[in-house]
Amino acid sequence: MWAYIAQRVLTSIPVILIVGVVTFSLLYVAPGDPAAIIGGDEASPEQLEQIRHQLGFDQPYHIQLGRWFLRMLKGDLGTSIFSKREIRELMAPRLQPTISLGIQVIFLSALLGVSTGMLAAWKAGARLDRGLMLFAVLGFATPGFWLAFILIWGLAVNLRWFPVIGYSPIGDGIIKHLHSMFLPVLVNSVLASAFISRITRSAMLEVLREDYIRTARAKGLAEFRVFIRHAFRPAAIPVITVIGAAMASLATGFVVTERVFGIPGLGRMLVEAIARRDYPIIQALLMSVATFYILVNLVVDIVYAYVDPRIRY
Amino acid sequence: MDAATARPGAVRLAPTWGQRLRGLRRGAWRLTRNEPPVMIGIVIMSIMVFLAIFGPTLARTEYTRVDPVNRLLAPSAQHWFGTDTSGRDVFDRTIAGARLSLIVAGSVTLITTVIGTSLALVIGYVRVLDNILMRAVDGLLSFPTILLALALIALLGSSVQNVIIALSITGTAGKIRLIRGAVLLLRETAYVDAARAMGARMPRVLFIHIAPNTLGLVMVQATFTLASAILAEASLSFLGAGTPEFIPSWGNIVGTGQGYVQVAFWIAFFPGLFLTVTVLAVVLIGDALRDYLDPKLRGRIEREQA
Repeated sequence: MWAYIAQRVLTSIPVILIVGVVTFSLLYVAPGDPAAIIGGDEASPEQLEQIRHQLGFDQPYHIQLGRWFLRMLKGDLGTSIFSKREIRELMAPRLQPTISLGIQVIFLSALLGVSTGMLAAWKAGARLDRGLMLFAVLGFATPGFWLAFILIWGLAVNLRWFPVIGYSPIGDGIIKHLHSMFLPVLVNSVLASAFISRITRSAMLEVLREDYIRTARAKGLAEFRVFIRHAFRPAAIPVITVIGAAMASLATGFVVTERVFGIPGLGRMLVEAIARRDYPIIQALLMSVATFYILVNLVVDIVYAYVDPRIRY
Repeated sequence: MDAATARPGAVRLAPTWGQRLRGLRRGAWRLTRNEPPVMIGIVIMSIMVFLAIFGPTLARTEYTRVDPVNRLLAPSAQHWFGTDTSGRDVFDRTIAGARLSLIVAGSVTLITTVIGTSLALVIGYVRVLDNILMRAVDGLLSFPTILLALALIALLGSSVQNVIIALSITGTAGKIRLIRGAVLLLRETAYVDAARAMGARMPRVLFIHIAPNTLGLVMVQATFTLASAILAEASLSFLGAGTPEFIPSWGNIVGTGQGYVQVAFWIAFFPGLFLTVTVLAVVLIGDALRDYLDPKLRGRIEREQA
C-alpha cells in the first residue's frame, strides 16, 4: 500500500510542475508591462527600470519561473495589480462561501445521484428507469445558468420562497445561510447528480451480472439484501471516482452560479479579475484550483486502491 | 485470401476504412429507424442547421435594430419571443444565436477531432513520446475547462475567433487522452503484430490498421465535444468573456436577460431553451451512437429483447 502511495505521489509531481509552467507562462506572455502598472503613470523610465530590477522582471524566463515556483511553495500568491493588496489576503474572505457551497453540493449530489442510480438499476428497463435516465440526460444538456434562471423565476420571483439574489454568511445564522444557499446548491447538485446517477446505474448493472449474485439469489436471499449487501459494495468503487471527478466539473458550475446568485466566492473573484485583466489573481486562482484538483485525484486514487486491492498490484 | 500474392506489408487483416464506413452508414440508418430519441435528435439538429443558414433571411427585423419605444414587450404575434431592453426582437436574436453557436462549436469539434486524433495516434504508438507528452496532457487536464478557457481569453481578448482557439486548446487534451487509450489497446492486437511482421512501416500501420478501428470512438467523442463546446461557448459568453455583446449568442443574451427576471423573463428564457434543446439533441444522438458502437452493450440490449 505504501509503495503504491509513494508511486502515486511521485507521478503527481511532474503534473504539478507542468501546471505551474503553463500558469506562469500565461502571465509571462500577457500584454502590458507589470512594472508600469505598479509604478503608476508618473513613474520615470529610471524608476520603472528599478522596479523591474527589484521584482526580477529583467531576468530571463527560466530564472523568473524558478523564483515564481519558490514563492508559490512558500505560499506567497503574489500581489493584485488592481488593488495592490496581497492575493492571499484577498482570497481569505472568498473561501468560506465557495467551500460551503462545495461541501453542500458534494453531499447533496452524491445522495441524489447514488439513490436515483440505484433505483434505476433496481427497476432496470422499466418506465421508472427510463424516466430517471432521461432526467440524467437532461442534467447533462441543461446549462447551469439557465437552470438557475428558471429556478429564480419560478421559486424566487413567482413563489417568493427564496431571495432573488443575496448571500448571508454563516456568521448571520446557519439557517439563514442555508436558505440563501439553497438555490445555488440545488442547481449544482441536480446537474452533478445526473452524471453520478448514470455511473451508479451502469456499475450496479455490471455487478448484478456476476456469478456470485446468482449464487446469493439461489440461496434464497431477499432481492433487497442481494442488492444492498452484495451488489452495492463493489459497485461503489467506480462511483467514488466519479464523485471525485464531479468535484472538478463543479468549478465551472461555481463560477457561473456565484455570478447568478451574487455569492462573493472564489468564482466571482476570478470573473472580476478577468474583467479587470488582473493577471496575478487569475494566475493564483488557476494554480490553486489545479493543485487542489491534482490533490483530490491523488486522494481518490489512494482511496480507490485501499477499497479495491487489485489496483495496488 | 490473396495474402500470399500481395506484396509484403500490404496485407489487410484489420477491417478496412471502406468496411468501417459502410458499417457505420448501415448502423446509422438502423439507429434512426429503430430509436425514436435519435429521430428526435436529428430533427432538432436539422432545424437548428436550417436556422443557422437561413436565420438572418427569416428574421423580420435586423437583430441590431434598436426600438426603444417597444422595449420589454411580452411575447405576442408581433414579437414571438418578446423584445429586450432596447426593443430588439428576441426571436430574431435567438435565431442569430443559432448560427454563432453552431459555427463556434462546429469549428471546435473539427479542430480538436483532427488534431487530437492525429496526435493521439502518434503518441499512443511511439512509446518515447507517450511518456513525455502525456504528462503535458495530464497537466492541461488538471485545469477545469472553463477556468483555463477564461484565462486564455483574458490573455487573447474576447472575440469569436479567440473563443474557438481557447476551447480548441482545452478540448484537444481530453481528446488525446481518450483516443490514446484506444490506440494503446489496438497496438497490441494480433493484426497489428502481423502487419509489422510483414514489414509495414509506422505510417501504414497507423493509418490502415489502427486508425479505422478508432473511428467509432472518434465519432462518439465528436458528438460529445460538439455538445460540450456549445455549452462552453454559452457559459463563456454568459460570463461576459466569450462572444462580444454586439454579436448575439445564446449565452450573452441569457447573460444580459437574467438581470430582468422580474420584469421580462422571456429575454433569457427563450435563448436558454434553444440552447438546452440543441445540446439535448446532440447528446441523444451521441448516446445512441455510443450504445450502438459498444459491442458489449449492444449484445446486452439484443439479449434483453430476445
